[in-house]
Amino acid sequence: MLSRVADSLYWMSRYFERADNGARVVEATYGLILNPAKVSTEERWFRAVSSLAPGAASGDVDPQRALFLLVADPEGAFSIVKCISGARENARQVREEISSEMWEHLNRLFHDVAGSDLKADDDAAAMRVVSLVREGSYRFNGVTDTTMNHDEGWHFIQLGKYIERACNLCVLLDAYFVLDKHADDLDWVGLLTSCAAFEAYCKACTAELRPERIADFLLLKPEFPYSVRYSLDRMHQALTSISDLSLSRRTEKIERLIGRLRSMVAYVQVGEVIRNLHKYLAGIIEQCRELHAAVHQVYIDYPIEVAFET
Amino acid sequence: MIIEADISDRSGAEALHRYELNGAYDEMFSAVDHPRKQYRPLHNLLLNLGPDELRRSKHEADQSFFNQGITFTVYGSDKGTERIFPHDLLPRIITATEWERIERGLTQRITALNLFLKDVYHEGKIIEDGVVPGSIIYTCKHYRREMRGIKVPRDVYITVVGTDLIRNPEGNFVVLEDNLRVPSGVSYMLTSRRVMKQIFPGLFQKCRVRPIEQYSQALLSTLRSLAPEGRSDPTVVLLTPGAYNSAYFEHTYLARQMGIELVEGRDLVVHDNVVYMRTTFGLQRVDVIYRRIDDDYLDPLVFENGSALGAVGLFNAYRAGNVAFANALGTGVADDKAIYAYVPKIIRYYLDQDPILEGVETLLMSDPGQREHVCQRLDQYVVKAVGESGGYGMLIGPHSTEKERSQFREQIQAQPRNYIAQPTINLSTAPCFVDGTIEPRHVDLRPYVLYGDKITIVPGGLTRVALRKGSLVVNSSQGGGSKDTWVLQN
Repeated sequence: MLSRVADSLYWMSRYFERADNGARVVEATYGLILNPAKVSTEERWFRAVSSLAPGAASGDVDPQRALFLLVADPEGAFSIVKCISGARENARQVREEISSEMWEHLNRLFHDVAGSDLKADDDAAAMRVVSLVREGSYRFNGVTDTTMNHDEGWHFIQLGKYIERACNLCVLLDAYFVLDKHADDLDWVGLLTSCAAFEAYCKACTAELRPERIADFLLLKPEFPYSVRYSLDRMHQALTSISDLSLSRRTEKIERLIGRLRSMVAYVQVGEVIRNLHKYLAGIIEQCRELHAAVHQVYIDYPIEVAFET
Repeated sequence: MIIEADISDRSGAEALHRYELNGAYDEMFSAVDHPRKQYRPLHNLLLNLGPDELRRSKHEADQSFFNQGITFTVYGSDKGTERIFPHDLLPRIITATEWERIERGLTQRITALNLFLKDVYHEGKIIEDGVVPGSIIYTCKHYRREMRGIKVPRDVYITVVGTDLIRNPEGNFVVLEDNLRVPSGVSYMLTSRRVMKQIFPGLFQKCRVRPIEQYSQALLSTLRSLAPEGRSDPTVVLLTPGAYNSAYFEHTYLARQMGIELVEGRDLVVHDNVVYMRTTFGLQRVDVIYRRIDDDYLDPLVFENGSALGAVGLFNAYRAGNVAFANALGTGVADDKAIYAYVPKIIRYYLDQDPILEGVETLLMSDPGQREHVCQRLDQYVVKAVGESGGYGMLIGPHSTEKERSQFREQIQAQPRNYIAQPTINLSTAPCFVDGTIEPRHVDLRPYVLYGDKITIVPGGLTRVALRKGSLVVNSSQGGGSKDTWVLQN
């Protein structure tokens, strides 16, 4: 597969996952602020903004603007609409690689959300976009899995999706656990809903909301698709499949990085990390970044001299 | 009962009531209310469909085009950068007999033009023999000195051709233009066929339309036949300028249909005169490049313009015979509009045959007598710049203003070699669904010819429509659209 194509598939998938994550967080936050609580509306929006739009959350967050900022701000690089358009732009560069069904879904979703032309004070319209993206994402993921060959390109899509998800989950957990002191049950429900995890959590751990258990569930549960552990397992799978196909001798570094990263969540108990959660999460994010750089170097942007040596 | 019948008659007539014949050859009617035989099933259908049903079908077709992303890019606007290709709902129908003549005529013409290109870039016999003056060949905008003496695979210069035909008022197809460089539009032919099958399944079956779906396979095997010797399983790629090119949809569509890689210049690396593409597994050798980039942008080492669309060293690899281009470079010399005037002579010179398809009478502005004649009657002629395409640089005399004419007159006097003139031809008209009624609009026809180990022409092509009332310009950049073209089984 062309390196440029692999790169575009990877980024298409990352952007799409980012939009999906944004939609879940915004929906959960919007549900939260309708209720009075110790955590103020501003703090709750701050939490959402800081986990979705790093850099934009300095100082005060105007609740009126926060929703618009996260959903449709044409200037903000992180808004949901921007992410969908980023996903589509990447898909457009590799139209011949993805299935027509995937393109049709993504293209229609883009036109639906980008064509809605949101006003800054129109909450209802913004929430319509959010729910379009939520539903669109289930459909897109389903179409991707059922209409595309599960070959190299698909593995790059998986890699992008899960590396993005692992990072997003870490940032989100960090944002919630920092505000831990004021958080009430509703906030914990908010966190679980942000990860599409409320029902799954109740089934596994009952409806009793204990922060440590929630952290355990979202970090270390290997069976739950929106947990860090699950995401890292899928990344490992994707990387192994790609390197098996490629027969390249230069993949040792990647194998070492993903192995170490996985062991960070596979062989710990939540009690060992909960006290210093911030540092632990930052460590995972940092290693994801290293992995991203290594993949880029081995598969995408390698020097020509290296290619002629092998 | 009588009243009911009366009403249903009126609703059909309603869609057709504004159909006026204006002296051009009409594709559907030989006279008012007399549809030609091949159009009768369509005519019957139109009488029975009300405007609302037609509108619904049109909407359905639009939606299908839009969702599939069958669009072209409009430069210079941010939000609406993609538009669906304007298309008309009603098919254009060509009989088996008409098609048979087109096919023979195109085969003859393309064979001769290819021999002409080989001659021009090697011995130049046709110039020596005084059939086509060297002064015209060597001043062509698209003549490429760099191609002199280069042997191209199978001696095939023009692998993919889209020739523009029009039908004159007598009902004969004549050649208006040869497109021998990077003709586009074939994806619209293929996709609109798919949409039409959804919209008019019954009519389609009843008419017995010949299939065109084999185009992609034919193109791939044509391209493979050009591979350098010894490469038994050649790698074919399509080279695109990228996602911002107006024909990008077509590039992705063809690459997907053929199952080949769509590459950009930055994916290619040339090492020791061999072309490679950069893949996740390392470098992979490339044997045939179906390039959708103009000559001048292929290799910045040879054509100095700082272009980043091609790749450094491509031309040397080509010269060394390690890679094939389709089409070859420098083919534009044969579709220059001044050379066009010589094509009948070219056919006679190389094939010793009379041309099957005629061309349009063409006056060369480099000839003082002809120039004088045209400049005094600009309102009766169509004037074209010789190296342009896409409907740019053109004056349509009868539809022009005095100011435009005097502008062109000056330009012609200043650069006579750069212009030709042709009498204004009333292109044939075909029924189109416009604003709820059916009206005649002018059309042309662009069949696609493939030339590798043999010549292949899929039965059909792109019928382009001048959607503006009365307009004679069918180019998509000038407000033209397309129609599905049905060639009937014998």
